[in-house]
Amino acid sequence: MAKYIVKRVFYMFITLFLIATATFFLMKTLPGSPISSASKLNPQQLAVVEAKYGLDQPLPVQYGKYMLNLVQGDLGNSYQFKGADVTDLIISRLGPSFILGAQGLILGVAIGIILGMIAALKQNTIWDYGSTFIAIIGISIPSFVFATFLQYWLAIKWELLPVALWDDGWKSSIMPSIALAMGPLATAARFIRTEMIEVLSSDYITLAKSKGASSFEVAFKHAFRNALIPLVTVLGPLAAGLLTGSLVIENIFAIPGIGEQFVKAIMVSDFSVIMGTTLFFSVFLIFVILVVDILYGIIDPRIRLSGGNS
Amino acid sequence: MEKILEVKDLQLSFHTFAGEVQAIRGVNFDLLKGETLAIVGESGSGKSVTTKAIMRLLPESSSEFKSGEILFNGKDLTKLSDKEMQKIRGKDISMIFQDPMTSLNPTMTIGRQITEPLLKHQKVGKTQAKKVAIDLLRMVGMPKPELRIKQYPHQFSGGQRQRIVIAIALACNPQILIADEPTTALDVTIQAQILELMKDLQKKIDTSIIFITHDLGVVANVADRVAVMYGGRIVEMGTVDEIFYNPQHPYTWGLLSSMPSLDTAEEKLYAIPGTPPDLLDPPKGDAFALRSEYALAIDLEQAPPVFKVSDTHFAATWLLHPDAPEVDPPLSIIERMKKFPGSRYYEGVAR
Repeated sequence: MAKYIVKRVFYMFITLFLIATATFFLMKTLPGSPISSASKLNPQQLAVVEAKYGLDQPLPVQYGKYMLNLVQGDLGNSYQFKGADVTDLIISRLGPSFILGAQGLILGVAIGIILGMIAALKQNTIWDYGSTFIAIIGISIPSFVFATFLQYWLAIKWELLPVALWDDGWKSSIMPSIALAMGPLATAARFIRTEMIEVLSSDYITLAKSKGASSFEVAFKHAFRNALIPLVTVLGPLAAGLLTGSLVIENIFAIPGIGEQFVKAIMVSDFSVIMGTTLFFSVFLIFVILVVDILYGIIDPRIRLSGGNS
Repeated sequence: MEKILEVKDLQLSFHTFAGEVQAIRGVNFDLLKGETLAIVGESGSGKSVTTKAIMRLLPESSSEFKSGEILFNGKDLTKLSDKEMQKIRGKDISMIFQDPMTSLNPTMTIGRQITEPLLKHQKVGKTQAKKVAIDLLRMVGMPKPELRIKQYPHQFSGGQRQRIVIAIALACNPQILIADEPTTALDVTIQAQILELMKDLQKKIDTSIIFITHDLGVVANVADRVAVMYGGRIVEMGTVDEIFYNPQHPYTWGLLSSMPSLDTAEEKLYAIPGTPPDLLDPPKGDAFALRSEYALAIDLEQAPPVFKVSDTHFAATWLLHPDAPEVDPPLSIIERMKKFPGSRYYEGVAR
């Protein structure tokens, strides 16, 4: 197991190197620079400022310098916030994003599993159709549309929750979390329904029934764990979806999270913040996928990872 | 001998999109204490459905008991509630399935799977249940049961898994064990081992076995009595000797003729022509008539009643009617009958 994780971490660094390189050059193909988009300097002044930040040097040199700093753990300084350290900027924005993401994922997956179970156990009844309907809504309505609906009804019409911003404690997180949860909810519901129906018709379920197990025991003791396996597989992509979803949701609800900062950085070509955030997202995703792989083995003994051969 | 199970005029249908499939059309049989009853027949004859009906394991949404009763110790199983049925399943009646590769839960240790019925039906604690499970594994011939009890199904071979399934089925010393083609998915040497094991264990715990198979070789090996099913009915029933050496129904003749044997002179193995009847719209006479070269005119009109051949031997064929013309069964069957005292071809030669 330890050997496996070490191997995975090694691959993670290679992946990160490739992502950093690709992002760096892609970003440099964008028109404009942090300076040109922000100010009305004349060409001479521009040249002076560019020289100061090293933006006048040839691309390979800039790339080499950036990577050298990156290896030492230095993500550079922001162009838009008067030389603020990018690492500090990201960390300062982590809190709200993390709360939203975790709440959205847990809420979505939990409710999705419940809906999927109900649908599978009460197949072809009104319960099944109801939960399938909710799942279809969750898949087909984009989160920003849903978020706007929530704002209109919950905040403006009924005045239950704050419309936006991050200044009312936990209450501020409720609506964005619900909006974020819709995607995972729909995915989990669909996966669990399909898989439960399949598992419930398998031989070992008949054997469990022939042992005298009640339908409740059959569903939760025998079928549920087996039905979870495919859902675990999509947890990784689901978490990725939450990241991109949060870019939109954080903007709609004006939440000071990483996503909102990321979008702003792209608008003003704040190279170092773009790079830093991309790398942070990558590390996060790779980590989630590693966790999913480990979870896999815990749920299904057949794919339990044994040291060395993976 | 004491009757432990009586199936009386059982009729059961499945409701499908195509219509009502009459899977079981009036099945009657008894199971005696301690005996092994084999139910044979081709695919779709209703043998598995009959046993699943006894266990009430058929989907309730699509299957329906049309009539008849299944009496177990005087209780009609078709009328029991789910709760009452759960108390019988695994405790009084348990089941072994066809494919050991898929009949164990892949994400549960075999220890938990074996102790489950013990914890459920017998008032034992976890440590006691574990002890019993280890004993059970040892009884079914599993080496190092103390270690293996913590393992998962994928760490066992097919034959070992079937042993585990047998251990689960026998955990509560059931009065009836239903084995639904328990050796079909195993290779021949393992088949023999599993059959030996089942015979041994039957003696040890004195259980009755209903053994479903389409392998007549297996029947000869394990059964005391045989029921031959065709088209949702039992067409012939008798002791093993009666069925093998004095068969009366043309379908039984066909089955026996299509069994390879060492002394068949012919090169080609006999196969029953045609296909099984469509139970969406079952034929009104003898269901086998259309495939039988011995069919009489009445076979197409009216289903044959059950004729008594001996106290233990019954067959549903018009050929046994006093007015029926005398026909000679296939040669290979006559050869068999020559060895059976009481058959009309008996030559007095000791078998």
